[in-house]
Amino acid sequence: MNELDRREFLKLAGVGGVVFASGLAGCASYGTAGAPRDFHFLQLSDIHWGYDNASVNPDFKGTLPKAIAAVNSLSQKPDFVVFTGDLTQTTDDAKLRRARLKEFRDIAAGLSVPKIYYFAGEHDAALDRGEAYQEFFGETLRYTFDHKGVHFIVLDNTSDPAPILGAQQIAWLKADLEKLRPDQPIVVLTHRPLFALYPQWDWSTRDGQEAIDALMPFKNVTVFYGHIHHEHRHATAHIEHYASRSLMFPLAPVGTADKKTQVPWNAAAPYKGLGYRDIDWRASAAPGITDLPAGKA
Amino acid sequence: MLRRRFLGLVCDVAAAMAAPGLMAAVARPDSVIAVTVRKFEFVPHEINVIRGREVTLAFTSTDFVHGFNLPDFAIRADLVPGRTTEVTLRPTKPGRYLFTCDNFCGEGHDHMAGVLVVNEA
Repeated sequence: MNELDRREFLKLAGVGGVVFASGLAGCASYGTAGAPRDFHFLQLSDIHWGYDNASVNPDFKGTLPKAIAAVNSLSQKPDFVVFTGDLTQTTDDAKLRRARLKEFRDIAAGLSVPKIYYFAGEHDAALDRGEAYQEFFGETLRYTFDHKGVHFIVLDNTSDPAPILGAQQIAWLKADLEKLRPDQPIVVLTHRPLFALYPQWDWSTRDGQEAIDALMPFKNVTVFYGHIHHEHRHATAHIEHYASRSLMFPLAPVGTADKKTQVPWNAAAPYKGLGYRDIDWRASAAPGITDLPAGKA
Repeated sequence: MLRRRFLGLVCDVAAAMAAPGLMAAVARPDSVIAVTVRKFEFVPHEINVIRGREVTLAFTSTDFVHGFNLPDFAIRADLVPGRTTEVTLRPTKPGRYLFTCDNFCGEGHDHMAGVLVVNEA
């Protein structure tokens, strides 16, 4: 599907959104994951189920169901949906944490898509090293999968209280990459930015540069992450890093606030800054990235 | 030995200044500022120091291995309860420098931060 077709499709679907194209170089060859083919998938991030500050999002119980309804109404289904962490709002109460995880899981099960991938954010996993999260979502803190010629790598930088990948996971990553050809298209999915976006607000992964260094020999790598609750694009050499919106509350970008700030609800523009992302993966061109709104007034 | 005794005295004074409710502290020349760390705050959370003067921040965590990350000075430390963790710096440029707890510590973690204010002498 080309970009014009995609825009028309979104218009017809009634969801609209902000479209921008990535600068990722296309690939003409393939590696161990098979021949690359076009497809699209959706990224839903930072749901924070259990959050209840109505001044920031008065529809805190309705935004996720609205997004799920919008996804289910798409005439062209995505190949899969990936939730990129912070499925729930953190709590020091382990029982409540499990209740939120269960409730989120049950609501997300309403997605009518072929496949759903999950991984944790620090709100889900940092306080108990992912114990409760894994009770509901299995051993999905870090893993890989292949889809239509693309090798996906889920990296865990949230199940330790420190924002780290850790030496063991770095070794695991390097062992996985050793199996791949340099022209293998790779998508990394993670929660925190791997680069030092703004450590002053805890927007970084302490040892993320080690992962970036390991990925650098591969010429077709794209990173999708969440955590910062607004769109952001950054390149480390040829590796593009994209942050997506949240489905609960926006955070002000660096330079627009003197501290980490949740953006208050705007009654004149409800759901502004909230949403999810469509990634139109193309085998021979840069992916199309479309940010879609979370809901309507 | 004399230096240790001097630092200890200054530390006591700074600790008194850093009592709960006092939101800012000012460093004396070559001094130590005590900072109490607990969920979900640094006390004081605004620390005033003087350009060109060495200062030691002496952290005591009461409840968790919080983190202290001051990126503009490339300083970070884990703050282990039951011990005092010191970091020493000599700021060279006036300004306001944000620091944060960078170990996820619970419900209020996202707001656990502070600022180092470097003043002219």
